[in-house]
Amino acid sequence: MHLLEMKNIRKTFPGVVAVDDVSITLDRGEVLALLGENGAGKSTLIKVLAGVHSKDEGEILIDGRTCRIDSPVDALNEGIAVIYQELCLANDMTVSENIFMGRELRNRFGFLDKRRMEEESQRILDSLGVEFPASAVLRSLSIAQKQTVEIAKCISRNAKIIIMDEPTSSLTSNEVRMLFTLIGKLKSEGIGMIYISHRMEELFEICDRVTVLRDGRSVGTKVIRETNRDELVSMMVGRTLSHYYVKDDNVQDEVVLEVKDLVSYASPHPASFFLRKGEILGFSGLVGAGRSELMKTIFGAARRLSGKVFINGHEVDIRSPSDAIAHDLAMISEERHREGLVLRNTVSFNVSLLVLRQFISHLHVDQRKEDDIVKKQIDDLAIRVSGLNQMAVNLSGGNQQKVVLAKWLTRTPSIIIMDEPTRGIDVSAKAEIYSIMNSLTAKGCSIIMVSSELPEIIGMCDRVVVMSEGAMTAVLERKDLTQETLMHYALLTPGTKEEKANA
Amino acid sequence: MPETKRILKSLKTRFKDYLGLLLGFVLLCLLFTLLSSRFLTTTNILNVLRQIAVNAILAYGMTFVMLSGGIDLSIGSMVSFASIFCAYLISNLGMPVYLVVLLALLIGGALGLVNGIIISKTGIWPFIVTLATSLIFGGLAYAISNGTPVRVMNETFNVIGTGSLGPVSFPVIYMFVLLILCYVILQKTRLGRQVYAVGGNPEAAYFSGINILKVRLVTYTICAVLASFTGIFLTARMYTGQPTLGSTMVNDAIASTVVGGTSMAGGKGRIVGTLIGAMLIGVISNGMNLLGLSSYLQDIVKGFIILGAVYIDTVSTRKLEQKA
Repeated sequence: MHLLEMKNIRKTFPGVVAVDDVSITLDRGEVLALLGENGAGKSTLIKVLAGVHSKDEGEILIDGRTCRIDSPVDALNEGIAVIYQELCLANDMTVSENIFMGRELRNRFGFLDKRRMEEESQRILDSLGVEFPASAVLRSLSIAQKQTVEIAKCISRNAKIIIMDEPTSSLTSNEVRMLFTLIGKLKSEGIGMIYISHRMEELFEICDRVTVLRDGRSVGTKVIRETNRDELVSMMVGRTLSHYYVKDDNVQDEVVLEVKDLVSYASPHPASFFLRKGEILGFSGLVGAGRSELMKTIFGAARRLSGKVFINGHEVDIRSPSDAIAHDLAMISEERHREGLVLRNTVSFNVSLLVLRQFISHLHVDQRKEDDIVKKQIDDLAIRVSGLNQMAVNLSGGNQQKVVLAKWLTRTPSIIIMDEPTRGIDVSAKAEIYSIMNSLTAKGCSIIMVSSELPEIIGMCDRVVVMSEGAMTAVLERKDLTQETLMHYALLTPGTKEEKANA
Repeated sequence: MPETKRILKSLKTRFKDYLGLLLGFVLLCLLFTLLSSRFLTTTNILNVLRQIAVNAILAYGMTFVMLSGGIDLSIGSMVSFASIFCAYLISNLGMPVYLVVLLALLIGGALGLVNGIIISKTGIWPFIVTLATSLIFGGLAYAISNGTPVRVMNETFNVIGTGSLGPVSFPVIYMFVLLILCYVILQKTRLGRQVYAVGGNPEAAYFSGINILKVRLVTYTICAVLASFTGIFLTARMYTGQPTLGSTMVNDAIASTVVGGTSMAGGKGRIVGTLIGAMLIGVISNGMNLLGLSSYLQDIVKGFIILGAVYIDTVSTRKLEQKA
């Protein structure tokens, strides 16, 4: 009998099947790794188990007994605890207050029994072998220590199953060692763990089995000792490329953008690359590899610590997005809602925002001119709107993305940075975005596309920069692009011999 | 021909925004007309308009600030400051009226600039910043006058508040002139668009190359200049500078703005709505006065109206976002 069994789980969101017919098992004292590309369905599966999402179909069994998990509280009652990447702790409370949050102990007068809670917390902390006291205020702890508090919280709740989502993503190598020691302890106590990480080496070190997900489906489960990195990579990416990439060779010789030894606030590794006229330069890598940060730095939205940027051969000093716009740069940001659109305003308002000068002057709004500007973009990009004054918030994801694109195209930029341009939009809208990209480059526009989707990188890019952990690990030509190669460099730890040979 | 059609259509869409508000306003007027024979008379209407002017002009400023995603609790203190400043300089120092008025507006604007700079540079919430500066500005007014009212009798100065054009007193004219001015700034200039963009989504505005700092500074400055102007004409009208003059005014200004449909979250609202909001609140006070109802009761009614208006705004926002 397994500790946990998830059978034929299916979860759909409007328009998307996020998880389809996935089954996993977990035994006592076992660590199961979940592996897959971004969007493969790992998070959704975990959220179903944690009661955040309710499943459409399937069954969850704990100790062989079918459970209903409809809310996070249900999950906790069943002994399932999740440690999310973003820790859920109150920074201004003490360790013991955090551990007992929501189920505080009380004394016989009905008041909080602070002493007993601290003793209990201390006992757990001691058993985990950590050095900070239960009375410490959380704010004073390091991220690794906070993570330990999360683990202590799970233990104090008598969790049988602990799920860890990218627990090492913000830890130093020393702290990772300590976490692994902890995981070893939990294993010996019979706790089952589900471990999500992109760092392949870690899986081989601490996991027992690995289940690989791809496009919401389970590709297979392997015992970790009987598999190897290459096999797992090909399992992760092994899908056939679709035909919807429209791609002509529009690259001209002229270099329009050159970045030399640029160091952003987010990473100590300098980045150097160039972009030619009419080229689509891809930036591949895993989420958190530092690509978005690099792009924001180039666009002036984040501080440049050192390095130079040249546009058409001239050095430029871009300190703000408005500087970047003045140099004919455009940026379609990763976070469409937060950084791209004024959601509670109209399509027209959003599209015309960058060219106000063209139709507002001398205390007069040339409404016809504005309408013409907006209509032209709506026609060019085939944006499906009910009218110019439809609220942006009411559009589909694909159309919202097109509105963002339209806004930038009103200025006919020469260089467009697109960060995850097709994230969260449906297949047909994706294809439309690709064909727009192709026609833009045909007109001499150059594009940098940051994407975590390998097929899209391979389908659309002339050259690809691969980044890993804040550093560039490879620059690949179109003819050399395969999912395996890209994944290989995306998983490479910067500074290793192999990396130096290829970069 | 298509031009007239377009204008008609745009009028229709404009009108639609205010439909509920106007309906409420008309119903309320109808109610008071039925209940009191003195309500719908020329004298009373002119009277109400004059009473509304102060609140409306303050609310215009508040609308700018709230549209850009902020709030300004210090406008009452700015009214008091301008009041004492003018009265003191004219009466006690004998300075020329035009210079004093100009100085009062300039210094008032500077106070708004200070609010904007602190808010933008420290990242402290506007609510807290202006709560604090409200104490500072109000304290300054007390300090100048030693806490006592300052009488100001000066023909040139007093006419700013007491003058009239035919039967229409100056404050009412200010109210409508400033309405047009504010409308033009918000709807007919690039700055106006930028105010809506910054309030609607500061991050998106930043990535679109909009100078957020500039937009915020301008809105707080406009708000402050309007508050100072209110302080000036009110002082002229009352022949007295008072350090407590504006102490209760901020509530009604926020209420009018919100009732007029401006969102506390920023990015949504119109200046005409604010005027209607101010008229609604003014008419409630006036009508209840005519009926001989106590001012406590008026507060209770106003409170419910504000809750109702904000609730409608919240529900419609939620509906919008759920569709997303």
